[in-house]
Amino acid sequence: MSKLFKPSSWLKSPAVWPLAGLALLGVVNLIYSKNFFSITQRDGHYVGTVIDILKNGSPGLILSLGMTLVIATGGIDLSVGSVMAIVGATAAVMMSHGDVSLPMVVAACLGVGALCGLVNGILVSWGRIQPIVATLILMVAGRGIAPLITGGNQILIRQDSYNYFGNGFVFGLPVAPIIVAILFLLAWLWLRRSATGLFIEAAGDNETASRFAGLATARVKCLVYVVSGLCAAVAGILATSSIGNADPMNDGQYSELDAIFAVVVGGTALSGGRFNFLGTFLAAIMLKTLTVTMYFVGVRPEVAPKYKAILIIVVCLLGSETTRRWLSQFKRRAAT
Amino acid sequence: MSPLLRNRLPQLTTALIFILLFAAASFRYDYFFSVRNGSSLFISNASLGIIAVGMTLVIFAGGIDLSVGAVAGFTNIFVATQIQDHGWHPLAAMAAGLVIGTAFGAAMGAVIHYFKQPAFLVTLAGMFFARAYAFQISESSVTIKHPFFVQLTDIKATLAGSTIHPLPAIIFLLVLVAGYLVAQFTRFGRNLLAVGGSEQSALLMGLPVGGTKIMAYAICGGLAALGGLTNTFITGSGNCTFGTGLELDAIATVVIGGTLLTGGRGHMLGTLLGVMIVGTIQLIIAFDGTLSASWTRIITGTLLLAFILFQRLLLQATQKRLA
Repeated sequence: MSKLFKPSSWLKSPAVWPLAGLALLGVVNLIYSKNFFSITQRDGHYVGTVIDILKNGSPGLILSLGMTLVIATGGIDLSVGSVMAIVGATAAVMMSHGDVSLPMVVAACLGVGALCGLVNGILVSWGRIQPIVATLILMVAGRGIAPLITGGNQILIRQDSYNYFGNGFVFGLPVAPIIVAILFLLAWLWLRRSATGLFIEAAGDNETASRFAGLATARVKCLVYVVSGLCAAVAGILATSSIGNADPMNDGQYSELDAIFAVVVGGTALSGGRFNFLGTFLAAIMLKTLTVTMYFVGVRPEVAPKYKAILIIVVCLLGSETTRRWLSQFKRRAAT
Repeated sequence: MSPLLRNRLPQLTTALIFILLFAAASFRYDYFFSVRNGSSLFISNASLGIIAVGMTLVIFAGGIDLSVGAVAGFTNIFVATQIQDHGWHPLAAMAAGLVIGTAFGAAMGAVIHYFKQPAFLVTLAGMFFARAYAFQISESSVTIKHPFFVQLTDIKATLAGSTIHPLPAIIFLLVLVAGYLVAQFTRFGRNLLAVGGSEQSALLMGLPVGGTKIMAYAICGGLAALGGLTNTFITGSGNCTFGTGLELDAIATVVIGGTLLTGGRGHMLGTLLGVMIVGTIQLIIAFDGTLSASWTRIITGTLLLAFILFQRLLLQATQKRLA
């Protein structure tokens, strides 16, 4: 109880920054568009900008879940966008070849995602290749594999059962964010209510020490890339089903930066050793809100990354050791 | 194995692969082995080659620059619109483009060094920034009609009976030679490799670590701009989407050329061989006609993987020998 009222304790929580950003964006939006927070009911579904943000932000949210774990081990996964495209292409091709049952398609998608993650994981953990490079390979090759699967074309997806993932409603709420929320909750339970989360943090904090302590660090590292691949598969399903189209060249393009950004702003350090799901979750929502806000203010979608890039650099600089040293020097000088 | 041979094993392997690949293609396809084809290896890959030279320097120092493709795209459209819409003289526009690219690279290098931020993150943000800025300038392609510029693009030469436009290839070769000389024979070149080998040791030896790193990123940014500029000589126009994915091709060519991605070891001539290999694969796919273009990326990715694994084995062997 007393902890709640001490500002110093909750100000240190990583979730504070994305929350503050969200609040700021909320105020900006209140000024710019009156209808931002209004949620109306149409045909028994809730519609509104906030709902749209959650719905369109779901692929990014789920990507950042996997990315959080990878970064917690001190790694990085640049291939998620390409994996999304490969998965989308797989689903579209399977469904265009006659009647395949939906569970089959989903299983195949998840299998492909896990396989991609496994390749990354093996290269990083047993191949001892730097994560940037190991995942770069799939990032490059993936943009060749995806068009190869579809024959170079975009494929329309007309199966309503599949498109339900991206466009359907349960109790008037969109399905995609509900799936994402459940997955976040499951991941949290799995990692925080068992030792797995601790293993991941240990492997990221000090790999050698963890190995001497008897932890199979290679296996833990491999695992997080497989999870990241699975997350990319889910993101690929959600993204392609919401627009009913698989585009092997553009699906998931640039989504890796958004995911990394969400993780960093959410308070998970790129050096590894710690992770924070709540922070990532809020930061990913904040990022999507920021994007939508920029569109509202009149920034073209192609130009929006410019401001996002500035923001991510500013956030990184503020959190850097150098800035902290400058600040403490400044404080000391102010005190004397 | 003599030490010289062992040190140059990656480059020798790359050279062997290139010769085998080109020879196989020459036997398989009629007219593949021709002056036109050989020169097109240099002309159509000029932008990639120029950018790869800059990337080699950054990777020597243990860094990475993911923004080069976007910087090339930015310069491409920037120069075109400055000439066409704002009435600048082509030379002024080109100089401005090169200065902006260099300054942008230096700024990223400074953030990476002074704030100790991961290079891939800073340059990834730089890539988004430059690409979005390019889109902001103009989303449609801009054709340059300035007479001076048209004259430049129209320079022709005759090589063994076939007419070619050699300007891009000449720029590429000049940059390559300059890069080779800088890397091989200057203090800056040795500092790069020292910083890439071990930043800590380089610092303790009293080398200017910060200056070297920032310089590497500045040169890389400037060469990325030059790469974008060179493409306008080929197409005669500016396009904001130019260079998408070029950063990955550049990294791939550097690694295939035997430069260690962790830094500290490599050779500029290896990068030339890497460009030649990637170019030959593209030529083969164009000649065959039945293979889809996506194979370029898959084969490049596979080669990248093979070379990285090969480097690992080599490194392990070296460590064993030292131990």
